[in-house]
Amino acid sequence: MTEITELTVAAIRKGVAGGDFTAVEVAEAFNANVAAASQLNAFIVATPEKAVEAAQAVDAKRAKGEDLGKMGGVPIGMKDLFATNGVQTTAASHMLEGFVPQYESTVSQKLWDAGAGMLGKLNLDQFAMGSSNETSYFGNVISPWRRKDGGNADLAPGGSSGGSSSAVSARLCPAATGTDTGGSIRQPAAFTGISGIKPTYGRCSRWGVVAFASSLDQAGPMARDVTDCAIMLEAMAGFDPKDSTSLNLPVPEWEAGLNPDMKGKKVGIPREYRMDGMDPEILKSWDDGIAWLKDAGAEVVDISLPHTKYALPAYYIIAPAEASSNLARYDGVRYGLRDLPEGAGLQDMYAATRADGFGPEVKRRIMIGTYVLSAGFYDAYYNQAQKVRALIARDFEKAWAQCDVILAPTCPSAAFALGDKTSDPLSMYLNDVFAVPASLAGLPAMSVPAGLNSEGLPLGLQIIGKAFDEQGVLNAGLAIEQRAGFTAKPEAWWK
Amino acid sequence: MSVDKATVAKIASLARISMDDAVCDAMVPELNQILEWVEQLGEVDVTGVEPMTAVIPNTLRLRDDIVDADPLTGGGVREKVLANAPAPEHGFFGVPKVIE
Repeated sequence: MTEITELTVAAIRKGVAGGDFTAVEVAEAFNANVAAASQLNAFIVATPEKAVEAAQAVDAKRAKGEDLGKMGGVPIGMKDLFATNGVQTTAASHMLEGFVPQYESTVSQKLWDAGAGMLGKLNLDQFAMGSSNETSYFGNVISPWRRKDGGNADLAPGGSSGGSSSAVSARLCPAATGTDTGGSIRQPAAFTGISGIKPTYGRCSRWGVVAFASSLDQAGPMARDVTDCAIMLEAMAGFDPKDSTSLNLPVPEWEAGLNPDMKGKKVGIPREYRMDGMDPEILKSWDDGIAWLKDAGAEVVDISLPHTKYALPAYYIIAPAEASSNLARYDGVRYGLRDLPEGAGLQDMYAATRADGFGPEVKRRIMIGTYVLSAGFYDAYYNQAQKVRALIARDFEKAWAQCDVILAPTCPSAAFALGDKTSDPLSMYLNDVFAVPASLAGLPAMSVPAGLNSEGLPLGLQIIGKAFDEQGVLNAGLAIEQRAGFTAKPEAWWK
Repeated sequence: MSVDKATVAKIASLARISMDDAVCDAMVPELNQILEWVEQLGEVDVTGVEPMTAVIPNTLRLRDDIVDADPLTGGGVREKVLANAPAPEHGFFGVPKVIE
């Protein structure tokens, strides 16, 4: 029999329901993998007892013949941005070190209600700000992948959901939650050869998710294949009265609706994503994706998204502006760190606490955000960026007259080595060039593995869909998955 | 537009982040590099374009005007609210003396 930790969410669920193995056996197998992989630093806190406890409940339900739920018996990793009742939730920051929520985020609660169990809290970029998982207060996450040049350089798992991507691709968990503000699900998925979907803005409740940029933040699943993403997204999504931007729509049956037949579908190829000096291997994977979707019956059309080049600069005004406002809550008064220098007053306490509790990238973004929102600059920066954002959304609206989904690379490169981009924030930001437009427009978008490059590293393809059309995105993803035949996995050098 | 050290110090003060001279110095070129890059937005013709306010058309809901309409986010949970406070005192958040 295949090792349990090699199984997908769908296979685990089926195996538990059918009695091939118990949920407790599954939880223990993954707990063992988590314990053996401390070198990857994917988890901030492991919670093996939580995984076993949830599994025991599922096994007990099965004994009584009850429904086991959409995720029945599947242990998962929880990005440490989701508040978990009684379990430390840090956003990978010193500011929230030791913070123990007294409530459960809506998304994590839905997953537990669906029969999932928690293996632990996954590392991430601090407050989800980063693209390489090098800004965590709890240390870098290391990708399980290595270049085949024998150099053994530690590679970035992507960010900000880098603990999630590293853990899923290293078989420490069959699936994990991620959050995506400007590519934080899709880019790490692409870097590690797994799948991940950011649904339409508002599908998954933001209640209990540590806020970064509220008009962009959206949770989604990261797993080994498209079917698993569909299953888990169904469990995560749904209306929540506690989130003012939650979509009041029924959750579609995405798993049941999966269909890789692309006949009658039009796939748009945005010409502005073909940039000067692009990595030829990325271009080749894109051409492969086009050929696969044609093979699946789709018609491929050229489209134009004329404001693409302005998406990233607009994002780096809007996201820091929202972050500077959201992170104003960390004041050393109500929760989190307090740094009270001898004889200091309230204002000094705020400033000392925030100097001590935030890492350099978080400070940089708060500073940019504060600047662009400050008197005299608001119109020139923030308002202009929100206008450009409206134009970017309009570009997509016009494109939907010509096509049903859009195909593009997820990232401009394969995973880079840790340390490669840390001295130049701007070059790090540029890594999200293909991911950010869909975020600004609130559209569903996913990354699926396309293949390996000449260094032996995974490359991802991105599918962007119309608002509310996660099904169209998942279906195109499945069509690619079936043709890409991606089975590569990292060698377990960390064990 | 570019920032100098005095401006960086002012932003840091607005953001309530204490920064010594060395940190301010280091941040000047970093912020300027980023600001110079976002300047390109100025070349976009936005005549007649309204700034985006909602990414997906949605109306903000109001909850019923009832005390503790949702018990989880309502009142009566003082202990939970204070559970993570760095210095709770007599059932309140403790802060350094504000009024002399």
